Amino acid sequence: MITDLIESRDLLEVKELAVDFGAAPAVRGVDLRLKRGETLGIVGESGSGKSVTALAVLGLLPGSASVRGSVRLEGRELVGLPNRELAKIRGNKIAMVFQDPLSAFTPVYRIGDQIVEALRIHQSLDRAAARKRAAELLDLVGIPEPERALDNFPHEFSGGMRQRAMIAMAIANDPDILLADEPTTALDVTIQAQVLDVLRKAQRETGAALVLVSHDLGVIAGMADRVAVMYAGRVVETAGVDELFARPRHPYTLGLIGAVPRLDTGGGPLVPIPGNPAALGDLPPGCPFAARCPLVQDRCRTAEPPLAGTDGHLAACVRADELAERRPAPSEVYPVPTVPPPAVSVPREEREQVLRVTGLTKTFPVLKGTVFKRRVGDVYAVDGVELDIRHGETLGLVGESGSGKSTTLFELLRLGRPESGRIELLGQDTAGLDRAGAHKLRADIQIVFQDPMASLDPRLPIGDVIAEPLLAQHAPRELIARRVPELLRQVGLEPAHAERYPHQFSGGQRQRISIARALAVQPRLLVLDEPVSALDVSVQAGVLNLLQQLKAELGLAYLFVSHDLSVIRHLSDRVSVMYLGRTVESGSVEAVFEQPRHPYTRALLSAVPLPDPPAERARTRVLLAGDPPSPTERQTGCRFRTRCQVYAALDADRRGRCEQQAPPLAQAAPGRDHAAACHYPEA
Amino acid sequence: MIRYLAKRFGYYAALLLVAVFLAYALSASALGPRSYFEAKQPRPSAASVDRQLTALNLNDHTPVVERFGTWAKDLVLHGDLGRTIHDTSVNDDFGRRVWVSLRLLLIGSVLGMVLGVAGGAWSAVRQYKISDRALTLFSFVLLSTPVFLLALLLKNGAIAAKDATGQEVIPFTGYETPGLAGGIGAHLADWSLHLLLPTLSLALGGLALYSRYQRGTMLDVLGSDYLRTAEAKGLTRNQALIKHGLRTAIIPMSTMFAYSFLGIFTGAAFTETIFGWHGMGEWFIQAINEQDVNSVVAVNLFAAVVVLASGFLADVLTAALDPRVRT
Repeated sequence: MITDLIESRDLLEVKELAVDFGAAPAVRGVDLRLKRGETLGIVGESGSGKSVTALAVLGLLPGSASVRGSVRLEGRELVGLPNRELAKIRGNKIAMVFQDPLSAFTPVYRIGDQIVEALRIHQSLDRAAARKRAAELLDLVGIPEPERALDNFPHEFSGGMRQRAMIAMAIANDPDILLADEPTTALDVTIQAQVLDVLRKAQRETGAALVLVSHDLGVIAGMADRVAVMYAGRVVETAGVDELFARPRHPYTLGLIGAVPRLDTGGGPLVPIPGNPAALGDLPPGCPFAARCPLVQDRCRTAEPPLAGTDGHLAACVRADELAERRPAPSEVYPVPTVPPPAVSVPREEREQVLRVTGLTKTFPVLKGTVFKRRVGDVYAVDGVELDIRHGETLGLVGESGSGKSTTLFELLRLGRPESGRIELLGQDTAGLDRAGAHKLRADIQIVFQDPMASLDPRLPIGDVIAEPLLAQHAPRELIARRVPELLRQVGLEPAHAERYPHQFSGGQRQRISIARALAVQPRLLVLDEPVSALDVSVQAGVLNLLQQLKAELGLAYLFVSHDLSVIRHLSDRVSVMYLGRTVESGSVEAVFEQPRHPYTRALLSAVPLPDPPAERARTRVLLAGDPPSPTERQTGCRFRTRCQVYAALDADRRGRCEQQAPPLAQAAPGRDHAAACHYPEA
Repeated sequence: MIRYLAKRFGYYAALLLVAVFLAYALSASALGPRSYFEAKQPRPSAASVDRQLTALNLNDHTPVVERFGTWAKDLVLHGDLGRTIHDTSVNDDFGRRVWVSLRLLLIGSVLGMVLGVAGGAWSAVRQYKISDRALTLFSFVLLSTPVFLLALLLKNGAIAAKDATGQEVIPFTGYETPGLAGGIGAHLADWSLHLLLPTLSLALGGLALYSRYQRGTMLDVLGSDYLRTAEAKGLTRNQALIKHGLRTAIIPMSTMFAYSFLGIFTGAAFTETIFGWHGMGEWFIQAINEQDVNSVVAVNLFAAVVVLASGFLADVLTAALDPRVRT
């Protein structure tokens, strides 16, 4: 009886937690409960207050923050506790895993010393014992040769290794609660899958409860038992994970689910949430979501609804009951934009070739020496890339960091002679272009960059930003005056905004400005370099829909680079997968995503978490071991074999082929648009 | 680490050679010892001037490189820095003055660094509080005060104190009380008291300059993720600040210490003159006025050695604080 009572008591109880930075609120009354051993997911967009909530629990906010409300750990109040007392709890009872594992370790101390320090703050261990324990911890989180790894500095680890070490340090003192703030956001998808696995293992070993803060619904769906959705500094809905995804009761949750592109379903427009996330500085009275809500009623604008409901499913919406009963799909509640049918309807083979790249390579020298530089090696950044884009189609270029995606793009945009291989843009070999020819051709290929803030000159009004490519192509004044308002309208902005400066726009709007700038000179091929990865989910959907619509209207071809396979699946007609500077698989999206032939593609696809808890739990995963090898070593044979699960299962005879011969990109069947560079592809 | 430092040492040795040669060439061609002799009354004959110049290795009719060769050979083989324009040994002057200057320079600059780092770090932690603003104001007042003015103000203060009390509270001339009786203890106390004002006039400038930069580097570190990690581990704020914050914030400062030393050296020339210290700075000014090439070169050699030595010390400090560079 007594144990039951203790079991059911909350380990952590947050009540009416509020945080202000000066006059601006960041968290406005958050209630959370955490039981022993359970995983609570906190999901929300940037500025929703999810990270601030996590930091406030540990009292780690900067001095400019004022915290009110209550945080109780096993009944003991933490808010207002003196720093010395809090320090005894931090790292001991509650430990934290941060987002960016590079900056989260002190650069001048060895990994081992930092873990030993964590151990010795809370336990009376001598150095040798602490070091031994630190090695055990590194071993537990799957770091090879833990004894040696102890003496490495943080910068000598890859991102995934650092995050493993960070988890090892967090569980060093067997905490009751692990707080993980976007622990995999800075990582590649295959590494994310590894780290999430380590996090699950760490939780199993220590029996700790986990609070997982993330913007990624897929990660939350796969990890959490219960979920709290945050918007504008408050929890707007909380429920068990299955219940929340299947029967959302708050229109915001419903909208989020509809806005995420999914790997398991292609095509069709996404359901964007109109408007932008609420600015906490000047909230109007009433529900902060009212301005974006399709179900808004007059009463929503007067009072903010409390978090209420039954059976542990609470929502802060006056129409929650109605939603619970009706259970609409996101597209039934939110306005769905119509994407016009593609302008091009001729079969692919008959369409004009826009871009053709064969055997492209690019090598960078590794230099050493302070005064006299000498070449000590090479980085094979791009080493055999094949691309093929026809009129009116989107080619998705997929690859993890370091796979050579960006180098490939810059080689294309240089419009010069490649180191080796051939680039044909609209039938012209770029190697043979003179200056005038390159200048003229530049109007046909334009780029949209990842960071919409960094790629717009902050001192130019956006009208001038958009006019710039036209000026560069010596367009007449009248044409510019006519094109700028037209372009602004085309990307969904007001022509009257031409006088404003970039900082007066939100992230999504700025990316629309970048798109307008790229379209100004009517290019035939638009290169999109991670165009939505800096945007929030609800805003991203709107930009993706815009891109689809523009493609259909203008008959553009896209080269769409992304690390996000769900976005690629949603937007692309064809896809090309890169690994270590090489194209390993290409073909139509359906073929590659549904029947991947290359083992790397299979692993990549299986690493993407689905925003659907039952589907996420049911699917089989292929976990890739380790990190990609260094691109400074040129390997004979297949470059993927060090991490390949197919190679690992082969007998010595058949392995020989992988070790000796680099597999060429071979067609799956004559006439089929699907090729893979593997000696033993999946049928 | 040894290899890294040996490599750096090699660089500095090469730099020293270049610096000394340039200093020699510049002094030998810019100064005119010939005019010094020609201006003597009664005016000596041209042949006699030539003879004296040649004897002192100062004859401008000999090529500079050849004069440098003679000078360098004497220096390397006999440790001889040559003769002054008055035909006395440069070594004698050098030996007498070097300890006077080093005492002042070393204590002044080290004190400036320590106070600057401490003040800057403290100021950063208390950003925008009254104490931070007060230190900022104080630093900017000091930064805009030239060393000679600061030295004069300190000296005038000491004079005012003497006038008010009727006895010398803080000494403001020379580096010791002449003919002081008593044991080593009494002498040490006397030296320290004499050091006080000149050292302050150098150290305060250092404090003002370094504390500004240190405040900046510390503010960067204060916002860093790893400091938050250190606190999340269970270190208290102060422990985290000292162990994880301050160390990383000092690393970029060490190079600055080394190369702002030259400024302190220049400042010391004024300080020495104002407080009546017969050190290298005073000698330098005097030697330039007397067209005394060999003495000027000797002071330059001293400055080059001191600056490069502090550059080397900065490397040692960097390597000690940041183990990543030890390769």
